[in-house]
Amino acid sequence: MTSDRPLLAVDGLRKLYPVGKHRIWGRGAAPSLLHAVDGVSFTIGRGETVGLVGESGCGKTTIVRLIARLLDASHGSICFDGLEIGKIPARHFGLAPPRAQIQMVFQDATDSLNPRFTAFRAIADPLLRLRRLSGTALRARVEEVARLTGLPPELLSRFPHQLSGGQKARVGIARAIAVEPRLLILDEPTSALDVSVQVVILRLLQDLKRQLDLSYLFVSHDLNVVRLLCNRILVMYLGHIVESGPADRVFAAPAHPYTQALLSAVPKPGFAGGRSTRIGLPGEPRSPIDPAPHICPLYGRCGRATEKCMVDMPALRAIAAGQFAACHYPITDPAAEPQPLAVNEPSAEDDYRDLALGQRGQNP
Amino acid sequence: MTATLRHAGYVLGENPVTAFAFTLFFLFVLCAALGPALAPYDPLASDTAKALTGPSPAHWFGTDQLGRDIFSRIVVATRLDLGIAMTAVALAFGIGALAGLAAGYYGGWIDRIVGRAVDTIMAFPLFVLAMGIVAELGNSVANIVYATAIINLPIYARLARAEANVRRSAGFVDAARLCGNSEARIVFGQLLPNILPLMMVQVSLTLGFAILNAAGLSFIGLGVRPPTAEWGIMVAEGASFIVSGEWWVAFFPGVVLMAAVFCFNLMGDGLRDIVDPLRRT
Amino acid sequence: MIGNSNTVPLLAVEDLGIEFRTRSGTVRAVDGIGFELCRGKTMALVGESGSGKSVTAYAIMGILDAAARITSGQIVFGGLALLQAGEKAIAEIRGRELAIIFQNPRTALNPIRPVGKQIADVLLRHGNVTAAQAPGRAIEMLAKVRIPDPERRARSYPFELSGGMCQRVMIAMALACAPQLLIADEPTTGLDITTQAVIMDLIAELAASQNMATLLITHDLGLASEYCDHIAVMHAGHIVETAPMEALFAAPHHPYTAKLIAATPGGAPSLDALVAIPGALPDLRRADLPPCRYSERCERAAPDCFDRPLRRRSVGDDRRVACHFPL
Repeated sequence: MTSDRPLLAVDGLRKLYPVGKHRIWGRGAAPSLLHAVDGVSFTIGRGETVGLVGESGCGKTTIVRLIARLLDASHGSICFDGLEIGKIPARHFGLAPPRAQIQMVFQDATDSLNPRFTAFRAIADPLLRLRRLSGTALRARVEEVARLTGLPPELLSRFPHQLSGGQKARVGIARAIAVEPRLLILDEPTSALDVSVQVVILRLLQDLKRQLDLSYLFVSHDLNVVRLLCNRILVMYLGHIVESGPADRVFAAPAHPYTQALLSAVPKPGFAGGRSTRIGLPGEPRSPIDPAPHICPLYGRCGRATEKCMVDMPALRAIAAGQFAACHYPITDPAAEPQPLAVNEPSAEDDYRDLALGQRGQNP
Repeated sequence: MTATLRHAGYVLGENPVTAFAFTLFFLFVLCAALGPALAPYDPLASDTAKALTGPSPAHWFGTDQLGRDIFSRIVVATRLDLGIAMTAVALAFGIGALAGLAAGYYGGWIDRIVGRAVDTIMAFPLFVLAMGIVAELGNSVANIVYATAIINLPIYARLARAEANVRRSAGFVDAARLCGNSEARIVFGQLLPNILPLMMVQVSLTLGFAILNAAGLSFIGLGVRPPTAEWGIMVAEGASFIVSGEWWVAFFPGVVLMAAVFCFNLMGDGLRDIVDPLRRT
Repeated sequence: MIGNSNTVPLLAVEDLGIEFRTRSGTVRAVDGIGFELCRGKTMALVGESGSGKSVTAYAIMGILDAAARITSGQIVFGGLALLQAGEKAIAEIRGRELAIIFQNPRTALNPIRPVGKQIADVLLRHGNVTAAQAPGRAIEMLAKVRIPDPERRARSYPFELSGGMCQRVMIAMALACAPQLLIADEPTTGLDITTQAVIMDLIAELAASQNMATLLITHDLGLASEYCDHIAVMHAGHIVETAPMEALFAAPHHPYTAKLIAATPGGAPSLDALVAIPGALPDLRRADLPPCRYSERCERAAPDCFDRPLRRRSVGDDRRVACHFPL
């Protein structure tokens, strides 16, 4: 049954970047590889809003670019509505039929709008290229989409620098939905907006999803917003998905130590006690370059680690209904004490290697 | 289109200097277009009886050593000088901007090749290079145009490359890819309009350089040949008469040359204001 | 003379007004604001973009843009009237008694100087250290802000450090001479959540250990709640309400405060519970701005709100509201 098939199925996705200086001669060892995305698998069902959270360096930006087919994966498959779109190279994807079905709303609306195009021209761009509309049909569709996103038609002839933050965000959304996509990737769509505008845009996204039968991949660092908008969330760390599950459950009872630390770092308005209940992550993230495949990515910062975490990479396992965590000692009871540990700080070697290879440290 | 014209009107109204520059430019273009029709005398007709007479009601700018009316010669020379300058700049801009855009956007070996070519050109003192090219290929208007175009190419290439480099990672480039734009369309349809305003300023400055270049080459005898009327030649011919007191032979062509360069420089900012939508409020 | 009393406020701003001359008119960025901050206390200036909070901070530090004009009011810091004091007096206390950390740490640091040297610069200018002692003290400061391997990091340039580390360096520079007041202008915007928590915890800890007052400029109500005793809510250049943190959330007195809290995702149980704030910021270039700049967006506005002059009123314990009809 096609209705059971997930809209998007990602399996074993990996993206590796070679790093280090080029050598003209002396072809010795293979170059070091930065594992931006390291074996990620998940699905997005029809009508679902899946949240993708993680901090800088976790790989969520790379995943977004892979799924939007702006980038080619090193390994793994991306299946959209049964079609293996990962096989179509990124540079040819613009001409492929599925292009219109996957669209994206960008983080910085100012940056994602061509400063020399009017709002009308910006929204018309996908219609011109992917739907080959022109003339009155084009104008009609652009105005219809503008109306849907709450953009007054008189603003269509304005340039981006003549529009407010909220208006630019609407133009970005209008452009993305103009060609009737099935999957919309939202890359931090409200992070540059004031709180008052954010509410309006979030409501708009919610309404559009219902009206147009869309599925969302919502990427954000703002966990509060993710909690409000998403059915399911995926938590990423160093290129791995460390936890996934229904948003309510994961927020109420995080199973992975990283998720727990992340949630405890979010300040709550009106609540002063955050500091005392803070669960910190000492040390710095491990290096994403040539990571040892048998060590858990959180090892060295995790209060629950033991020898096992150093020899056996944990895979995503079911914790409860629909909730998965990649941990040998998941937190099934949030009040439980962490197990006695032998916390090893990542060696100074990791740091030196980063500097030697010209990598900026990922340290907080 | 009407919005652009209205905005142009606003820009000109706001800045009298720009308006003045545009008026002057318009006058020059008129001179160039109508050329001989505006000249009261035949620029080539020599009348040695009237040689070296100063400015008078009959000859506004006086006559030169062969009795030719200087005013007429200047008016007719406008077509030649402006023509050379504009053709050269069009060539330099067209080829340079394209090469620079490609180099900045694609990087890699295109960037390396364009970079080395530009570096080679810029290794020479540019006027000397122009002299060399004309000396090698021969004195003709076409060769002057080619030489001027070549020496002005690097500026455009570097400008276009720098701008393309900065913008190729901008969000709207990714957005354009998502909209189904091919790479070529992105470069010409999306990036080029963005770098155009900056190039406009450069075009006007280069026009000034090009005129000076053509005049300079003619001054040292490597440009247009006499008896063709050209501002540079006229200054060269008149230079020897300054000492003996017939100042008008070199003065008037020199002033007009100066006015032309001045006008182009002033136009640059105005052009950019008209073309760049960020200036619109 | 810097006073040491705990009852006299360390910083007192009164009726401050700031204007900016721009090509499109005069922007009345800040109008008649006032608040106090005592030694060792923390206060947040909360507001959306355009509310005037950063401008206020810069005015206190004396680093306003050249186009700015202070049209009214007074800023008294430790007994010294800052607006009347000469450049020399200000330069003496700025960096020593009064310090600021900025929003984008990497751009606020000098990109071509090693960070250790930048900290040493502050120490040499304001602290009583010799040129020989300065590098060692700089390394001590780096250790104090918990940068690992401080001897090596002191030789690093800002581009070699992550955003969080650059912010730690800025904190080290600001705290090098143990100032009495630290102004933090959106110090964690652009940083990861966990980094934000670590940086803010660090600031709080150092402030407590040195009995240093903190003025936090932020748009994030959650951040303000967690780290500040008092909150002053700003809107369009006015301070609409000042209150202790818990009291503010338990019972906001100003309509804008209530709307702001209701629009913040952190506290809401669901998307439908979020409330949008109607209207938009008034154009601060207008000459005909009503005395209450929120009145045009306010559902409770009465005819009085548009012409009667607005005054701050005390309402209860340590609270002030600028509204004719508080909630």
